[in-house]
Amino acid sequence: MKNSAIRIQDLWKVYTRNDEDIDVEDQDLITSLDESDEAVVAVRGVSLQVQPGEVFVVMGLSGSGKSTLIRCILRLINPTAGKIFVSGEDVTVMNVKELTEFRRHQTAMVFQHYGLLPHRTVLQNVEFGLKIKGVSEKERTERAKVSLEKVGLSGWENYYPNSLSGGMRQRVGIARAIVMDSPILLMDEPFSGLDPLIRREMQDELIRLQEEMHKTIFFVTHDLDEAMRVGDKMAVMKNGRIVQQGDPSDILSHPADDYVARFVQDKRKQLQMADERAKLEVVSDKNEKDTSSKGVIDHVS
Amino acid sequence: MFPEALEFHVAEYVNNGINWLLHTYAPTFDSISSAISFVLMSIQGGLTAIPWYVYIILVGGLAWMVSKKVSLVIVLSAMLMLIGIFGLWDLAIDTLAVIITAVILSLIFGIPLGILMAEVDHAKAVMKPILDGMQTMPSFVYLIPAMMFFGLGKVPAVFATLIYSMPPVIRLTDLGLRQVPKSTQEAALAYGSTKWQLLKEVRVPLAMPNIMAGINQTTMMALAMVVVCSMIGARGLGQEVLLSINRIDVGHGFESGFSIVILAIVIDRITQGFARRWDPNKR
Repeated sequence: MKNSAIRIQDLWKVYTRNDEDIDVEDQDLITSLDESDEAVVAVRGVSLQVQPGEVFVVMGLSGSGKSTLIRCILRLINPTAGKIFVSGEDVTVMNVKELTEFRRHQTAMVFQHYGLLPHRTVLQNVEFGLKIKGVSEKERTERAKVSLEKVGLSGWENYYPNSLSGGMRQRVGIARAIVMDSPILLMDEPFSGLDPLIRREMQDELIRLQEEMHKTIFFVTHDLDEAMRVGDKMAVMKNGRIVQQGDPSDILSHPADDYVARFVQDKRKQLQMADERAKLEVVSDKNEKDTSSKGVIDHVS
Repeated sequence: MFPEALEFHVAEYVNNGINWLLHTYAPTFDSISSAISFVLMSIQGGLTAIPWYVYIILVGGLAWMVSKKVSLVIVLSAMLMLIGIFGLWDLAIDTLAVIITAVILSLIFGIPLGILMAEVDHAKAVMKPILDGMQTMPSFVYLIPAMMFFGLGKVPAVFATLIYSMPPVIRLTDLGLRQVPKSTQEAALAYGSTKWQLLKEVRVPLAMPNIMAGINQTTMMALAMVVVCSMIGARGLGQEVLLSINRIDVGHGFESGFSIVILAIVIDRITQGFARRWDPNKR
């Protein structure tokens, strides 16, 4: 399909000591690398497609290769083998100059550890991407202010990141990403470092922003709840492989293997309980019921 | 006893090498010498033109700027006054001129070298032993060739001071750049920074506290060289110390030695204060 926003084809990443070329077709070599301490096979033959305007969530535990995968998309990490097409362009064959242009115009990324510049104010941090792109000072300040308003940080322009809470720092991180107006947003565990309450608030915020923006979002998380809340499509990763992908509710109702099943069983129990409670409440008060969890559990049962 | 048969001397070759350099590159050394001399004289001219009380006010003002403490302002200004009271003001200015020249040259060469060292691992491998040598080689050893190349006086003094005081700023620039968190650099790259933008917008600003510490260290090392430099005829506080040693005049030695200490403390407190202001983590 030519019109996918992101198309990844049989992507491999093997970390080796000297970055030598590895023939990933060679099964014996891969097996021997797995057994040795010299190399780590982080991503093994991952293929996936993300449609424009879709929130695609990759979920997996730490060490499953999901962070490596997201970094390969804009070549912060160079993949060992495979192809990545973003808006039809092959990222894997780009030279340094093309790559810089690509990063400036096609993608924007939000990081788990924010990656803000401590010597710059909030406003200057949001302006950063525009500044290196060469946007005039007047225009970038204007756009940065609009973007800060979108994430609810008006009035904080002249603070330094270190005086902000984690949640607010990540809002700055998101503002810095959306100010770029790039079609694709990459989010690497953006809310994992935050308190549960703040995390929920930020997820709602992202859902709200996405309703306005309709961007293609590639979202990486280890949190199933989060994946279910924000994702339109979902892929479960384990040990460098995608073990299942599809609609979140499908994955919940039909886990492909034991690993996914174990992953989702808590969530299923939780939803079942919520469902039973909802049924009880329907009896007592017909107006109050949790429609969202009801919808999912209908799929499950 | 080490067997005599295994003895082998390079002294002669070193001597010949130096002589060869001296003959072949005499014009080059002359032009380097006049360049250093020009910088030195300009700085010294400028420093001498400023009346003494301006220094006191300036130091007081800077101390206030970096610390906002009245006590530091008073202590530093009073200490500076003490140099004048000892009758060593003009000599202190001479010393200051040599130090400032050496430090400026150290920074001009040192900071780019530090950046090179952080960027290119091979450069680090080559430079590390050279820097170790520069710091541990007794300074008298290169004082002699410095004198042969640049004659007597302040120019070889600047040269010798340069060799001794440049390593800290190189090392700390390298260290600072290497300590910039990978996650911050990654974010800058993800937004399409070129290598140069990454250096200018992210790495150097974040390494600034370390670079400032390097500048401070370099200045302190330069001050430590003043007595040694007086041996090749650099006028200044060092020469007074040297004279006192020759005359066994403990009192005078104390006055001039203490004046050097005062210069060190004043410069140290002020540059450290600025280093702290540069630290982004303390904002």
